[in-house]
Amino acid sequence: MSFTSDDRSRLGLRESATFDRATIAGIQRAAETGVYDIRGWGAKRALPHFDDLLFLGASMSRYPLEGYREACGTDVVLGGRNAKFPLRLDIPVTIAGMSFGALSGRAKDALGRGASEVGTSTTTGDGGMTPEERGQSKHLVYQYLPSRYGMNPDDLRKADAIEVVLGQGAKPGGGGMLLGQKISERVAGMRTLPQGIDQRSASRHPDWTGPDDLTIKILELREITDWEKPIYVKVGASRTYYDVKLAVHAGADVVVVDGMQGGTAATQDVFIEHVGIPTLAAIPQAVQALQELGVHRKPDGVQLIVSGGIRTGADVAKALALGADAVAIGTAALVALGDNHPRWAAEYEKLGSAAGFYDDYQDGRDPAGISTQDPQLEQRLDPVEGGRRLANYLRVLTMEAQTIARACGKAHVTHLEPEDLVALTIESAAMARVPLAGTGWIPGQGL
Amino acid sequence: MDQVIFDLTQMPLREVNAALHAPGLAGDFLVENPAGAHNLAVGLTSPVNVTVQGHVGYYAAGMNQRASVSILGNAGTGVAENMMSGTVTVRGNASQSAGATAHGGLLVIEGNAAARCGISMKGVDIVVGGNVGHGSAFMAQAGRMVVRGDAGDGLGDSIYEARLYVRGTVASLGADCVAKEMRPEHLEELAALLKSAGFEGDDPAAYTRYGSARTLYHFHAANSY
Repeated sequence: MSFTSDDRSRLGLRESATFDRATIAGIQRAAETGVYDIRGWGAKRALPHFDDLLFLGASMSRYPLEGYREACGTDVVLGGRNAKFPLRLDIPVTIAGMSFGALSGRAKDALGRGASEVGTSTTTGDGGMTPEERGQSKHLVYQYLPSRYGMNPDDLRKADAIEVVLGQGAKPGGGGMLLGQKISERVAGMRTLPQGIDQRSASRHPDWTGPDDLTIKILELREITDWEKPIYVKVGASRTYYDVKLAVHAGADVVVVDGMQGGTAATQDVFIEHVGIPTLAAIPQAVQALQELGVHRKPDGVQLIVSGGIRTGADVAKALALGADAVAIGTAALVALGDNHPRWAAEYEKLGSAAGFYDDYQDGRDPAGISTQDPQLEQRLDPVEGGRRLANYLRVLTMEAQTIARACGKAHVTHLEPEDLVALTIESAAMARVPLAGTGWIPGQGL
Repeated sequence: MDQVIFDLTQMPLREVNAALHAPGLAGDFLVENPAGAHNLAVGLTSPVNVTVQGHVGYYAAGMNQRASVSILGNAGTGVAENMMSGTVTVRGNASQSAGATAHGGLLVIEGNAAARCGISMKGVDIVVGGNVGHGSAFMAQAGRMVVRGDAGDGLGDSIYEARLYVRGTVASLGADCVAKEMRPEHLEELAALLKSAGFEGDDPAAYTRYGSARTLYHFHAANSY
C-alpha cells in the first residue's frame, strides 16, 4: 500500500531533509548501475528567480500608459555594431540553440514556423543546420560550437547571425552529449560519426584557447562572411562579469548569457544542479560589465540576450528591466510544442515518469515526438500545429511583457529599468541589485 | 592568365579577402608581404591558385573550398581549419591546431606541426613532413593523417574513425588509440597520400597505422573517462 501525506503525518513518518526520497533514489540508482545519471531539462532545485521580483506599477509618482490604446514597442535590433545586416526582430523573445539530433527534424521545423510567424529568430545547435530549419526560419542564428559538427562555410553564409558558443547554463565548462539511441543515420551523417555511438562533444574549441585568440577567431568569421553577420558570444553563467567583459573585448556584437536553469538535452544531473549560477544573479553582472565598457543600450552598443528559466511575460519584462535587450527560451518553447503534455500521461508512466516531470530527453523515446529521432514517435508532432502553438505562446509572452511595461509607464518594453523592480527576499535583492520590497535596501550596497 | 599580385603593405586584409571572394573567380594570385597577418585567404570558394610569399598568422586558408593555397613560409594557429576541399600547402612549419575540424581537401605541412594537429578532423587528409606535437588527432573523426617524423604525447586521444600513419616514434597514445595492422589496402592508401603530398620516395611499410580501439563508443560502468 502507499501512504498519502496525511497518513504519513498521522503515523509520525518524517522525511529527512538531507536524505529526501529523490536523494535516496539517486543513491540506489547509482549503486545499481555504476553510471552517473544523465538527463535533460535544466536545474530543478529551487533557486532565487524572477518570481522573487515584483514590479512597482505607476500611481501618483509615475504615469501609466493605457493598456489597450497606447503603443508599447517590442522590436529589437541585434548586432548593428559591426554587421552589415543586423537582426531586426519584432519581439524581444528568441528561440535558444537546440540541435537537430537532440530534437527531431519536425520539432526544429515547428520552432522555425512559430518563431517566423511572430518575427523572431531561431538558433541551430550542436550538429549543424538542416535545410528544413533554414527553410522555415526567417531569422536563423548559426551556432559555432567546440565540436564543429556539421560546420561548413556554406551554412555559415546562409545564417543571419553567428553564435560562438563557449558554454551553456546547464553545464558551464562541459561539452555536449548525445546518446546512441539518438544517433540515427541522418544525425550520424551530419556529425561525421559512427551511427549509434554515445557521442561526447568537446568542451573546448579546437583552434583557440582564450580571449585573445577569440578576437582573431571572430575576425576570421567576419572575413569569411564579408562582415555581413552579427557575431554573438554565448556563455554559461558563472564568472559572468569577467566573461562578458572579455567577450566584448574579443569583438562580440551580442552577448548571450545562459543561467543554470537553462535546459539541456543530455547532461550529468550533478553538473546541471551544481555548476553555474542562477539567471537572476548573472544579469546584473553582465549589465555592469556592459555599462563599464560603455556599450549597454547604446546606438552602436553590444546587446545582451538572457536565457535560463524564462516562462512568462513577467519573466521577460523582469529580464529586460534588469538590462537584457532580449531573452531566449528553450524549455518553454518545447513545452509550448507539446512537451510534457497530459495527453501523453499514460506513455510517460510507462517510461517511469509523468506529465510535468519528464526530463529524459537523452533517451530518445519522447512520447511527444520532440526529443527523439524515432521516425514513428516523430510523426506525433505536427510541425504546423506545433508552430501555431509556439507562435501563440510567443504572442502571449509579448503581450504580458507589454502589459507590465505599460503599467510602469513605458512606451517600449526595453524602457523597463531596475528602478521599476523590488525584491521579495534578501537573496534576490542582493543578486538582482534591486531594493527589498518596502525598503530602500539593496544588500551589499548600503542603505 | 597573368598572376594578380596583392601587396599587404599596400592593401588592407579586408580588400584582399574580398577580392578573393569575388564570384566566379579564376586564375593565379600572389600575396606579398603577409608579415604574419591573421585570417589571410579565408573562406575561399573558387578553384584559384593563391601563393603567399612569407609567413602567415592564425587561420590562414580557413574553411577553404576548392582553392589551392601555398604558403611559402610558416603558418600560425589553425591553418586550413575546417577546410572543406582544395589544397593547402605550408612550406615551413605550422603552429597548433593545423587542419582542425577540417572536413575535406589536402593539407600538406612540409616542416613540423605543433600541438593538436588534426584535432577533431572530419575527413581531411593531412600530411606532415616532420613531427607533430602533443594532442594531435584528438577526437579525430574521419580522414587520414600521415606523419613522416615523430608524434608527441596523447596521439589520437578519444579518436573515432580517422586513420593515422606515423613513421617515427609516438611519445604516447591517447585514450582508446591503438596501433593497428598495416594491411595491403592501407599500404596502398598511404602510398597515394605520400604521392599527393610530394613524398613518393617514402616506403609505406616503414609506417605504423593507428586508430580507434572503439572501447569508448558507449558509456558503461567500467569507463572512467
